[in-house]
Amino acid sequence: MFEIAPHVETVIIAVLALLCVASLTRVWLGQRHPAGDGLELKQRIRSWWWMIGLLFVVLLLSRNAGILFFACLSYLALKEFFSIVPTRLVDRRVLFWAYLAIPLQYLWIWQGWYGMFSIFVPVYVFLFLPVRMLLLGDSQGFIRAAGVIHWMTMLAIYCLSHLAALLTLPVLNPVAGYLGPVLFVLFITQFNDVCQYVWGKRIGKRPILPQVSPNKTWGGFVGGGLTVTLCAGLVGPYLTGMTWPLALAAGALLAVCGFFGDVVISAVKRDLGIKDTGQLIPGHGGILDRLDSIIYTAPIFFHFYRYFAY
Amino acid sequence: MQRWLKVLFFLLIVKPVIVLVIGLNVFQRERLPRRGPHVLVANHNSHLDTLVLMSLFSWRDLHRVRPVAAADYFLANRWLAWFSTHVLDIIPIRRDGGGSRRDVMADCRAALAAGDIVVLFPEGSRGRPESMQPLKKGVFHLLKESPQIPLTPVMLRGLGRALPKGEALLVPRNCDVAVGEPMRVGRDSTEFMATLETAFEILAEQCRASAWLDDWQ
Repeated sequence: MFEIAPHVETVIIAVLALLCVASLTRVWLGQRHPAGDGLELKQRIRSWWWMIGLLFVVLLLSRNAGILFFACLSYLALKEFFSIVPTRLVDRRVLFWAYLAIPLQYLWIWQGWYGMFSIFVPVYVFLFLPVRMLLLGDSQGFIRAAGVIHWMTMLAIYCLSHLAALLTLPVLNPVAGYLGPVLFVLFITQFNDVCQYVWGKRIGKRPILPQVSPNKTWGGFVGGGLTVTLCAGLVGPYLTGMTWPLALAAGALLAVCGFFGDVVISAVKRDLGIKDTGQLIPGHGGILDRLDSIIYTAPIFFHFYRYFAY
Repeated sequence: MQRWLKVLFFLLIVKPVIVLVIGLNVFQRERLPRRGPHVLVANHNSHLDTLVLMSLFSWRDLHRVRPVAAADYFLANRWLAWFSTHVLDIIPIRRDGGGSRRDVMADCRAALAAGDIVVLFPEGSRGRPESMQPLKKGVFHLLKESPQIPLTPVMLRGLGRALPKGEALLVPRNCDVAVGEPMRVGRDSTEFMATLETAFEILAEQCRASAWLDDWQ
């Protein structure tokens, strides 16, 4: 317990320092503009402290605690999906089975059974859930319900579980330990969200997908993407077993995937006519509002890393 | 003693289960009353409704919150009756028409006179998820002689999907709770019932986050 790899320790301290800077800046801004409504920013930063604090404590406890933590994230994400997307009342039992796939999926990861972990949801769950639906005997709305349930299962269970799988890969860089790659993908993805937003505010003009997400601009995408790629090139060799050219490539890949994860969840929300997916995280919205880009980056980075770095 | 039983039951069991299994999106929580006498009226689709409504209150105010529940169900056997009266602290009401209407309401009036927050389900019984049955006029009769007591409508959405009537399997999902503005009964029952129904319709609009495939068909 609490055997921290030196590079991970440095990164944790750096992130906490960054949070301190954010909190202090907010206090300073609040004093300069007392009239402004800083409640949302305050909630946002406070939620960041909670999320990052929780993540660090759990990840530092042990590898198994980390796997359990990501299983809980999958559960919360799936619950949020099932609460916002249209499902049939009759499918309650099917949804229950979909939840049961979470412990199994994370069991394979805990066992290190790569073959099973990578096909369990796309093959077995995919084939089983429609059979369970069939037994309910209601074929009205069958296709739509089966499609929705499986898509949600893939995003919330399968994609997110790759974060836990990263914890179980053999350690390539002993000074970064088993936590290095996970922290790398989490922070690069979150940093990418921030960079695309900031660059978008600065130089963004032409929206990429005006009908889905008018705030996403070419300026933000390119500016943010370049910043993140450079940053990944610097941090990659420090936290993972990648060389710097490989880390640069990973950074570019993560920037693109993170962007698409974000807009895919935006499209889901737009289709349903909602702004946030929930109220779980004050100032941020639901858990899916926070995990949207990670849903895309986690599996892509996992396979990129496993294929090129080993 | 009874007060602590109720507080402990909610703090140790109900609230953690609701956070983990249900997950509430609460709209306008600040409109909830802090002290009685006050009447809370809500739509009814699930046994979870009562527990969820009570869990919204702080443990300090919880002993004041008393749900009105059907005697034929909640006092059906000895164990359930003990739990209902000692832990939930329900106000039992007879649905079978036994006793005159005055008697039926007597306990509720006594609770209000004691300064409690009374939780009522004006639909009478649990209906199909996400569809409301016609509201009964019990609330009006309860309050017509003491019209200064305010009542607050609360819309619950999704709980009937997590645990519908007649099902034992609880399937996790997030649920919406929208709290309306406090109102008073006034003189005319028809007018009041119409106002109450409009209030529920407005609150239902807020809970649009959960669309149903059944509605689309």
